[in-house]
Amino acid sequence: MSNSLVFFCLAILALLAFSVGRQRATAMAEREASALNSLPRHYGYLTAAHAVLPALLMSVLWFAFGDNLALALTVANLPPELETLKATQFDLLLDRIQLASDNRNPFEANAHVLEAASRFRRIYGVAGWVAAALIAATALTCLYRAYHQIRPRFTARKRFDRILKTILMISSLVAVLTTIGIIMTLVVESSLFFRDVSVTEFLFGTKWSPQTALRDDQIGASGSFGALPLFAGTLLITFVAILVAGPVGLMAAIYLTQYASPSVRAFAKPCLEVLAGIPTVVYGFFAAVTVAPFLSNTGASLGLDIASESALAAGLVMGVMIIPFVSSLTDDALTAVPGSLKNASLALGATQSETIAHVLIPTAFHGISSAILLAISRAMGETMIVVMAAGMRPNLTANPFEAVTTVTVQIVALLTGDQEFDSPKTLSAFALGLVLFVFTLIFNLFAQRVSRRHAVHYD
Amino acid sequence: MTSLPNLKKRWGRPQVQRRLRRRYIYERIFRMLGLAAIGVAGLALATLIVSVGKNAFGGFVQTSIDVDIYLNPEDLRPSSARYRHDFAERVESADMRKLLADALERQFPDIDTDSERRRALQLFSLQARRTLRDYITATPEKIGQTVRMRLLASDDVDQVVKGNIDPRVPESDRRVKDKELAWLAALRADGRISRQLSTTFFTGGDSREPEIAGIFGAIIGSVLTLLVTLLTAFPIGTLAAIYLEEFSPQNRLTAFIEVNINNLAAVPSIVFGLLGLSLFLSILELPRSSPLVGGLTLALMTLPTIIIASRASLRAVPQGLRTAAQGLGASPMQVVFHHVVPSAMPGILTGTIIGLSRGLGETAPLLMIGMVAFVVSTPNALTDAATVLPVQIFLWADSPERAFVEKTSAAILVLLGFLLAVNALAVWLRQRFEVHIPD
Repeated sequence: MSNSLVFFCLAILALLAFSVGRQRATAMAEREASALNSLPRHYGYLTAAHAVLPALLMSVLWFAFGDNLALALTVANLPPELETLKATQFDLLLDRIQLASDNRNPFEANAHVLEAASRFRRIYGVAGWVAAALIAATALTCLYRAYHQIRPRFTARKRFDRILKTILMISSLVAVLTTIGIIMTLVVESSLFFRDVSVTEFLFGTKWSPQTALRDDQIGASGSFGALPLFAGTLLITFVAILVAGPVGLMAAIYLTQYASPSVRAFAKPCLEVLAGIPTVVYGFFAAVTVAPFLSNTGASLGLDIASESALAAGLVMGVMIIPFVSSLTDDALTAVPGSLKNASLALGATQSETIAHVLIPTAFHGISSAILLAISRAMGETMIVVMAAGMRPNLTANPFEAVTTVTVQIVALLTGDQEFDSPKTLSAFALGLVLFVFTLIFNLFAQRVSRRHAVHYD
Repeated sequence: MTSLPNLKKRWGRPQVQRRLRRRYIYERIFRMLGLAAIGVAGLALATLIVSVGKNAFGGFVQTSIDVDIYLNPEDLRPSSARYRHDFAERVESADMRKLLADALERQFPDIDTDSERRRALQLFSLQARRTLRDYITATPEKIGQTVRMRLLASDDVDQVVKGNIDPRVPESDRRVKDKELAWLAALRADGRISRQLSTTFFTGGDSREPEIAGIFGAIIGSVLTLLVTLLTAFPIGTLAAIYLEEFSPQNRLTAFIEVNINNLAAVPSIVFGLLGLSLFLSILELPRSSPLVGGLTLALMTLPTIIIASRASLRAVPQGLRTAAQGLGASPMQVVFHHVVPSAMPGILTGTIIGLSRGLGETAPLLMIGMVAFVVSTPNALTDAATVLPVQIFLWADSPERAFVEKTSAAILVLLGFLLAVNALAVWLRQRFEVHIPD
């Protein structure tokens, strides 16, 4: 029983239900010579919805949890020989049974496991047919009931609208479920990590070397998870980026809104938008191949020692990436300032720049600071530029000429390539993700608060 | 009131004049700073495009070498295959290296050791032998003759021809040694070196050999991934926007959903990767590295963008349209689905396309769900292992060969081309289908 076949059958059923529902409604209206409550097609929609939705829900549940159910039934009847294994290495045992049942693992030697696998296959097969029968029975029963509900006075449209509205609401809950999913994932995996490593050691430790040992007696077997150097690296690169993007973005927005002629504006605005649309992997390539060697060579000729993967290079390019972000938000904040304030200042004899510095910026201050906060949050979460242009070695320094590593770089390093899922090394990536999520969330909420709470209304 | 002559006297005072001049100078400086900011942004954009574009040209072009090859019947009848009757099978097991090496020995009489033969062979890509084999299989009547063939050169040769390897660097620091350079100089003097547009770049999959690495597999991967994103994020995003804009009651749940969506839009993309890793791969056990998982992860990421854009577009539909439809007896659902949504559709589609173009350029979350695997074949199904264009760029950018810098730049140019096309489509849609309803 494959998924596409089931969904195909359900689609056919929906069409069928629609047409019989509509036909019955028209036929009844003619027979009883009374007007229908709703249009004939609404009866069709309602019949289709009633027939298909419960069956659809059931099939989704079966596809999501069917194999787990079959596995649980298999495990309940395991031979006593496997009891010890069941107690100690339960997950491994399940994996072995499942692998053996897929015939993907011809090396499985344990006869009990093989037997369990064949039982699993049998149970899964039978359960599949049972599920198919149940789904079909549900669909047909629902269709029958919906079909017989139809009367000319039956308020089909109203009922169908209610179903539709529920679907709409469920769609809008997907965003909430995503957030819950993110939080659950990060918190659950991090709590597994914090069973091995204490929170204080993680947050304030200064030594980060997440390798896990192959043997127990290996030197440095435990690995150490002090993430302070990563936080410092992230902050350093973010600082450099804001140092570039803040002033440049602000002045660009001021020039574009206050000084630029329409033709300059027509040219410069799309340029900034292009800058915003360039994928981060391209910025990363640019930083690694062009900017970093240039800085390193320039530094060498000036007698400065700039690493080839310096925080400066990553920060500068990240700054360029954020310029359009800052400038467009600042642009909005400046445009929102009422013209009367500006005109009043100009009429009092202030020059354009005095008006901007003493009237426009103070009025738009909350919008501008929220722009900067959002820019900081974005810089902290940016991944590709730092993965490609910043270093891998943890380094607790405030010198932008040195190579540093960041939270996002380490998450990528920990989770790409081969990995076992439960080692502290892998789990530490989720703990880093949690820190990143919390920090960006704080900045975002703060930014939203600042721009909403303190918005000044002059008109 | 001060009289006019008095005012004149006051304004004419030297201190006032000085101060005025200073204020104007300040004004000019401020203005210059603004212009400089625009200049900085423009300069950064120009540098980026030039530095990518400069290398990209080389990525589209490959060097080939013309060689005269004697298709020796003896070599094509190897002892192991002598009694086989199938011609193609015989050619398959014949030693193409030997044919090529013999040809090179005739070309360069100074080759005498085996190691030199090997080095001469390395002027060519592995692809060269495949080309030779295909040629013999296709035209068996040429056996016993000498044919001039154009064979693909190795990436090192390609770099020499493109002038990226400086012969003045001491030999020990150079990938290509003096001997090879001398051979190449001789070939060049003979007019045997040529450069063509590389078709493999557009039709091939990934490869460890830069000269035959292509982006086709990555493009198909991107298309499949975005298809999944479109099919999930567009309906859910649009329906959610319709609910929030048209039906939701003013209560705390709605307010919570709104705050939620705004925050979700600003969550770093790598966090969505972590969610995808644990939700789709460990809990739902969907196939790793597949466009299905990649597309679903990107769908969760682009959903807030689509919802926000769609809501703005629905809000812009004038209220009069709704009241008019209601006045004619339309039900709330009919008002929305027959009148409001159609007229908001251009905006909704534009928002969707902008969300998708963000997904097209996204790399970090896809690294988390294993789309960094080295995939040579083109994916055929949503569950096949695949890679996408930005990830391909990332992988190539990591490769040490100089030739991959050019490939990376060329791939970036293709990616930027796609993004430009997608955004142009959004602008066109907006202009073509925008409905102007007077308020």
